[in-house]
Amino acid sequence: MRQAKITSRSQNEFFWGWIFVLPTVLGLLILNIIPIFSTIYQSFFKTGDFGKGNIFVGLANYQKLLNDPLIIKAIGNTIKYAIIEVPFSIFIALILASLLAGERKGKSFYRTIFFLPMIAAPAAVAMVWRWLYNSEFGLINNVFGIHVNWISQPGLATVSIAVIGIWSVLGYNIVLFIAGLQEIPKDYYEAARIDGASPIHQFFQITIPLLSPTLFFVSVTRVIGALQIFDLIYMVMDRTNPALNDTQSLVYLFYKYSFREGNLGYGSTVVMILLLLTMLVTVFQLWAQKKWVHYY
Amino acid sequence: MKLQTTKFYAIFGHVLLVIFSIIMLVPFLWMILTSFKSLTESTSVNPFVILPTVWQTDAFNAVINNINFIILYKNTLLMIFWRVVCAVLTSTMAGYALGRLNFKGRDLIFYLVLFQMMVPVQIFVIPQYVMISKLNANNTMFALVFPGLVTAFGTFLQRQAYMALPKDLDEAARLDGCNIPQTFFYVMAPLTRSAMVALGIFTALFAYKDLMWPMIVNSSPDAMTLAAALAKMQGQYAVNFPELMAASLIASIPMIIIYLIFQKQFIQGIATSGGKL
Repeated sequence: MRQAKITSRSQNEFFWGWIFVLPTVLGLLILNIIPIFSTIYQSFFKTGDFGKGNIFVGLANYQKLLNDPLIIKAIGNTIKYAIIEVPFSIFIALILASLLAGERKGKSFYRTIFFLPMIAAPAAVAMVWRWLYNSEFGLINNVFGIHVNWISQPGLATVSIAVIGIWSVLGYNIVLFIAGLQEIPKDYYEAARIDGASPIHQFFQITIPLLSPTLFFVSVTRVIGALQIFDLIYMVMDRTNPALNDTQSLVYLFYKYSFREGNLGYGSTVVMILLLLTMLVTVFQLWAQKKWVHYY
Repeated sequence: MKLQTTKFYAIFGHVLLVIFSIIMLVPFLWMILTSFKSLTESTSVNPFVILPTVWQTDAFNAVINNINFIILYKNTLLMIFWRVVCAVLTSTMAGYALGRLNFKGRDLIFYLVLFQMMVPVQIFVIPQYVMISKLNANNTMFALVFPGLVTAFGTFLQRQAYMALPKDLDEAARLDGCNIPQTFFYVMAPLTRSAMVALGIFTALFAYKDLMWPMIVNSSPDAMTLAAALAKMQGQYAVNFPELMAASLIASIPMIIIYLIFQKQFIQGIATSGGKL
């Protein structure tokens, strides 16, 4: 009797379990899992003229890619962007978050302001920054009385775009850090204060180690996000911008080859590079995690 | 520690916060100031004009005449609405099953979810685009919502929320005579409301900020989203700064107002959804 009841319960769970996950499973298969494999498959094909038909070309796309100076450059640009955006957005956010984590007057007011860029459409953000950067009429050059070609000078343009990236994502990091900081028991700070540790000391000896799980999480997601940079470059860099080749990212080229030039096969090959890069970074971060992240 | 040093750090902290607040706000202020200037005034260098001498609305009139913002708002809001509904509905159900029920195939499904979260989203774009083209669904609301019909991230988030609920809950509900769907609807789902809100906000924000997908599938002016329309406008009016700023402002304001009203939920939603990825 009891046995029968347990079986019927587990049959019941099996039945309802599948009913409940079915929409998600079907959706994931159609929208995500199958597309992963069709993108891989597609990378061995060339889209025929006028977007008609697929021609099997074997590894030709990959050969083309290895000899495509734009791609090599774009990999470098993407990494350069990530190397600037991620550490700065994390470091500044960390400082501001630790200033906001305690009992501070106007705390929610500051938090509201810092989060504001997250709410603006990236297209609007890019446009206003482009206008701020404008070499002739821009606010920055005119206020400081300088004449810098922020977004058209090859060496500088990626840095300028990364500044927009930092500005945009700062609030997001701050919110996550504040949440992480609130988990740290106040006693630690209390004890440190009694021992006479300065706030700077407390920051490095208590905050950073105890926040390291959050720091790890934010840096993983930020790096992956930075490697996929597209909107800002697409919006800030005109097709005629002389620094375009020195700023365009992998995803920008993916968009350009796939949808502007209609070569879905080659576009898929570019995504494979992005996949490879993402996996390398993930593996590296999981390895590095053991060295510096303290779970407690 | 001396009182003086404590005071020094407190003041230093405040100064830092004020400086960064200014940096965060200047682009928005400049957007507003420029949009109320004339083209000549916005490009005057000698003298450089900060505040408009006459606050005029010419730029707003021009963009409102050229661009049908009502349709763009409608498309954007509908896209957000449907993506939020789909994401919350499907992931709440799946999250419950994955977090609370024991059935064959469950772990495999969960690995599928994790696998999806690990690959860059661009890998889905071409096949999804091909599907939309084959369905002849370009320039429809369905096309805009399509990639968001289900969400691996949301499923993951909901699973965590259901797993965090007390262990005895299922047993108690069963003793009270609830079957599995009743347990879900009446007992469990109401308890995960905050996770649902978090997911909803997260989904809404990222749908609103999505640029590439709406640009690819919906290029006709009456099927576009705000983000895509702004991108297109920049190509057309590349040098009329007041008009570009006016359009950016019109496109940003509704979301900013919604944010200012629900900011507590917004920030909590991002903190919980982002923090649990």
